[in-house]
Amino acid sequence: MSHHPPSSVLARLPLDLSTDLQFVARVLILTPEEIILATPDNEAAIEARWRIQPGDQLQLTDHAGLGSLQLKDANHSKAQWRFTLSHRQAAEAFTAQFNATHAAPSAALTRASTEPTAFWPEEALNDATPPSTWTLFRLWRFAKPYKGQLLLGFLLTLAATAATLVPPYLTMPLMDDVLIPFQNGVAIEQSTVLKYLAGLLGAALVAWSLGWARTYILSRVSERIGADIRTATYSHLMNLSLDYFGSKRTGDLMARIGSETDRINLFLSLHLLDFLTDVLMIAMTVTILFSINPWLALVTLIPLPIIAWMIHIVRDRLRTGFERVDRVWSQVTNILSDTIPGIRVVKAFSQEARESERFHQANQLNLKVNDRVNRTWSLFAPTVTALTEFGLLIVWAFGIWQVSQGAITVGVLTAFLAYIGRFYSRMDSMSRIVSITQKTAAGTKRIFDILDHTASVPNPKHPEKLHGCQAAIALHQVSFRHGNRGILHRINLDIKPGSMVGLVGHSGSGKTTLVNLIARFYDVSSGSITLDGTDIRQFNVADYRKQIGLVLQEPFLFFGTVAENIAYGKADATHAEIIAAARAAHAHEFILKLPHGYDSLVGERGQSLSGGERQRISIARALLIDPKILILDEATASVDTETEREIQQALDNLVQGRTTIAIAHRLSTLRQADMLVVLDQGRIVETGQHAELLARQGHYYRLYQAQIKLNEPAELNDHEPICAQPNVAEGHHHAAN
Amino acid sequence: MLPTNLELSLDAFNQLLMHTPGTATPIPVTPVRAFPIAAPNDAIALVDSHGAEQLWIEHLTDLSADHAQLLRQTLDSREMTPNILRITNISRFATPSVWQIETNHGATELILKTEDDIRPLPSGGYLIADTFGLQFKIPHRSQLDRQSQRFLARFL
Repeated sequence: MSHHPPSSVLARLPLDLSTDLQFVARVLILTPEEIILATPDNEAAIEARWRIQPGDQLQLTDHAGLGSLQLKDANHSKAQWRFTLSHRQAAEAFTAQFNATHAAPSAALTRASTEPTAFWPEEALNDATPPSTWTLFRLWRFAKPYKGQLLLGFLLTLAATAATLVPPYLTMPLMDDVLIPFQNGVAIEQSTVLKYLAGLLGAALVAWSLGWARTYILSRVSERIGADIRTATYSHLMNLSLDYFGSKRTGDLMARIGSETDRINLFLSLHLLDFLTDVLMIAMTVTILFSINPWLALVTLIPLPIIAWMIHIVRDRLRTGFERVDRVWSQVTNILSDTIPGIRVVKAFSQEARESERFHQANQLNLKVNDRVNRTWSLFAPTVTALTEFGLLIVWAFGIWQVSQGAITVGVLTAFLAYIGRFYSRMDSMSRIVSITQKTAAGTKRIFDILDHTASVPNPKHPEKLHGCQAAIALHQVSFRHGNRGILHRINLDIKPGSMVGLVGHSGSGKTTLVNLIARFYDVSSGSITLDGTDIRQFNVADYRKQIGLVLQEPFLFFGTVAENIAYGKADATHAEIIAAARAAHAHEFILKLPHGYDSLVGERGQSLSGGERQRISIARALLIDPKILILDEATASVDTETEREIQQALDNLVQGRTTIAIAHRLSTLRQADMLVVLDQGRIVETGQHAELLARQGHYYRLYQAQIKLNEPAELNDHEPICAQPNVAEGHHHAAN
Repeated sequence: MLPTNLELSLDAFNQLLMHTPGTATPIPVTPVRAFPIAAPNDAIALVDSHGAEQLWIEHLTDLSADHAQLLRQTLDSREMTPNILRITNISRFATPSVWQIETNHGATELILKTEDDIRPLPSGGYLIADTFGLQFKIPHRSQLDRQSQRFLARFL
């Protein structure tokens, strides 16, 4: 073991794994002459060193979240280091630095891009620590616009509460000045009685009208706040990238926007309002009690700290419990959103019983979790009630003793009992606020989980203007990773304006990902995509997408009329425009056959139309916005040959004068493409025209041959996967690029 | 059925090679588990660099002891799913959350991006994906101590 600190350091790579995959922290140091392995806190304590010889290569690979860096020469491996992918960027920089310093001629292929690599679509970790209940204060953002009305509501609450406290106060003189003197033989004076009774009536009427005004105003406000939250969450959700929707389940999102906002709404309009009234009432009651008799007041308030302590104890258990209840509830809705769209499959395999069983299981779990919470909760409420009874007992005992001592009058004791009767009954309902607040806080957290999620396809601060583009697309060293999987690797591609490019390759070779990157559904992990020489990340996302027309394999029709569906991308389109688009898409005639023509309603998934008809509507939709760039993702894959021919004619209209990128399994549909790009395992392996590629007898040739072979039986059944299984016997090898 | 005189070896780059009688040269292969969670020791495919399957191994025990050992070693160096033994601490109960954990591969930390990254296993355990793609496993919930179970329960 040497103890000389490394001389000049070129790069450092923190390693968090040892060679036998134990979690230990080490650091790998690159110097001009050697690579040194040392401990991170003392780089002089060198554990091992490797001299770099001419011809040495550094190879970076990763698999399933583990990275590996191998130092090797032409004949053998010299060393191998391991790390988790949290250090991927450092590893790429390390390799790039190594190659820049020791550029062995043969290393050209493995050379990492020296451009700064962007982090793969991933929101930044936000380390602010909001404890659950404080999350509620974030709702202020939505309450702010209603400040004035909220203040008015609060003042009304104050007044209404004060009015409700008048009647118990009047019991005191009624007792002491009227009833007790009467028992001692003094006649009742009618005018005094009437005065007090009028006071009672007046207080009740004032409390009633103020209470009505307060509830009306505050409910109105909270209803609006709830609606604002719902709208804000939904529009935020719409702006999130596809990435987010891929990782979330529909049922869960629906539950969040639906029931969680409803819960917040209910909390604001009902529970919070009640709680506020209660607090005010208690504060006022305490003041009144103390002003009448401080000693009795003190005794009355003894159970208060005990209740507060109990609330504190139960709070934690209830909160975690309610969070679980929420999550289990979204599991139940998830099953619904899973099976209802897939009902045909369920029925086809007659698995109705199994699905019912699955739902039953989720419900059982829901019951179990609720039972557990209720066990704590059910104990809580009666305990509070028992404590109030206990408190009343103390007041009675102390009060009777005081009366017997002559310290207070019967009227004072009656007033006290009347006050704390209300007081404690409010304590009981106040204790309920604990669980409700916790529930709402959990719900609010789930809402803010969505709102805090920043789109992984961000809009630039100063977007470039986009007008009248030529639509020349260029991809430069484009790589894309998703999670721990590298999907595309250093793609370079130039697409001339107005030309048609066909993407060909096995499923999983990265064709759809490439198209998704061009449409900017995701951002590249490294490299860049440019439109007429400007990086597409510099355009406003919505402006950029307006240039793109997309036709997917599974056309999606929204609930609405045929006309609305065609005009989806341009809501103000005239009837003439819609019809022109439909004619060009060869959809006009079948639409006229529908019972209400262009006004016919099509369902959620357009059940009443055939696959080919739906596809032609989606082509008309793409045609209507007159895009500069057209993306056809397996546009004809799910229809029969006859329909394909019709769609193909529609597509020919669409392609005219636009930059087109088409993915197709049926190679015949791409024959007129200006350039074919063959992808394999995320890399471009061949480019050229149909004839040219056939003559080369490489990847494309084999795909084509396989398809011709399959095409004979495929005439009968057109749903055959054309090139799913490559012919292993042919032993296809990589064409070096 | 496995070829009778199948040869497996490592080359100088630590790359697994497969040599069967009839093929002229050994081919570099990568072992891939078909059921990495449900049956890690069964159903292993050897695939070449193009992803084409070259050999199917029904059970690891079908191989000779040496070969099985070599294959296990290659698999272990290629992928790992550390078992979580204890959750020492958690930065917060809302995601993203950083967990300090002890595993059978040593102590480390895990960044949980969302609760959805915790996947329940039929065996009663959980598979937890770190934000960087590494998978951690809890073989069974009851094997954790009470504190760890309490931490975990907040995310289930």
